[in-house]
Amino acid sequence: MKLTLLSALNTERAARRACVLVTELDSGAQRLVLENDMLREPLVSDPLWPVLRESFRSGKSGTVEQDGKALFLNVQVPPVKLVVTGAVHISQALVPMARELSLDLVVIDPRTAFASPERFPGVRLIAEWPDAALEQVPLDHYTAFVALTHDPKIDDPALEAALRSECFYVGALGSRKTHARRIERLQAAGFGADDITRIRAPIGLNIGAVSPAEIALSIVGEIVSVMRAERVAAKAAPVS
Amino acid sequence: MLSTDSDILTTAEAWVREGRGVALATVTETWGSAPRPVGSHLVIDAEGNFLGSVSGGCVEGAVVSEAIDVIGDGKLRMLEFGVADETAWQVGLSCGGRIRVLVERVS
Repeated sequence: MKLTLLSALNTERAARRACVLVTELDSGAQRLVLENDMLREPLVSDPLWPVLRESFRSGKSGTVEQDGKALFLNVQVPPVKLVVTGAVHISQALVPMARELSLDLVVIDPRTAFASPERFPGVRLIAEWPDAALEQVPLDHYTAFVALTHDPKIDDPALEAALRSECFYVGALGSRKTHARRIERLQAAGFGADDITRIRAPIGLNIGAVSPAEIALSIVGEIVSVMRAERVAAKAAPVS
Repeated sequence: MLSTDSDILTTAEAWVREGRGVALATVTETWGSAPRPVGSHLVIDAEGNFLGSVSGGCVEGAVVSEAIDVIGDGKLRMLEFGVADETAWQVGLSCGGRIRVLVERVS
């Protein structure tokens, strides 16, 4: 691989943009395909276009045949980002779990007594209201959003932004009653049923979680199950 | 902390910029219960220093020694390891899976 190509690949990764490195396995010839170029020429007319589109969709690397040549497609999608409102006890418990799972954790809380570096060493903390904070942290297709403050003043604006975004996971803490009130507020703000059903509430897998660490575990477990939805479905299918 | 594939590619670039001879190994195919998914990387320098994994530790030694040859001659190599393969049996993919690994020089 040429250094310039590796350097370009690393630039895309650092900017959280998806790309595919295509390698001809016989000759070693390589090219880098950027997701941003997929809707433009010359890529649109490229015979490999349908395969590349599927690669970006699935995020899966693999080998394909084209004109008798074996091509290896190494798909690079950005690391999953976990954006949380609420620098609360559950968020503290999320820190080591997110780190082990290579989730880029960002904690947003305008209450500086909560969002303190002492409580969250080594974590990206934004001690601002969600509207300002989310300008620094765009919510994309590779982002999971979790609302944990219990305070609608903080959670709701962030939740609304998450529902307007392509976040692959949106979860909100609170009892069924709390969530029913939240739904009323979101409906009043103009959100429809399709938006509201995207919210995972009650949040997390049902493991009977009690402590903050257990709740954090149920949340990350649910995030992983959505990330790996295809594998979950395959395992659930009856063996014939 | 586990090295993510992103760290590994960044390290590969940094090592080349330091003037080291560098090879990148990538899992291109897996069969059965292979321990690391397709696309996993191992970066190796000419001294045999490495970062990452292609098999969770089973065949890294063999990949590193091939990688040093790749750094030497610049020729792409495709390696295959699996229980049916005698070499692999020695280095041991004990999980019973099979993997194919592409090793290329970065320069």
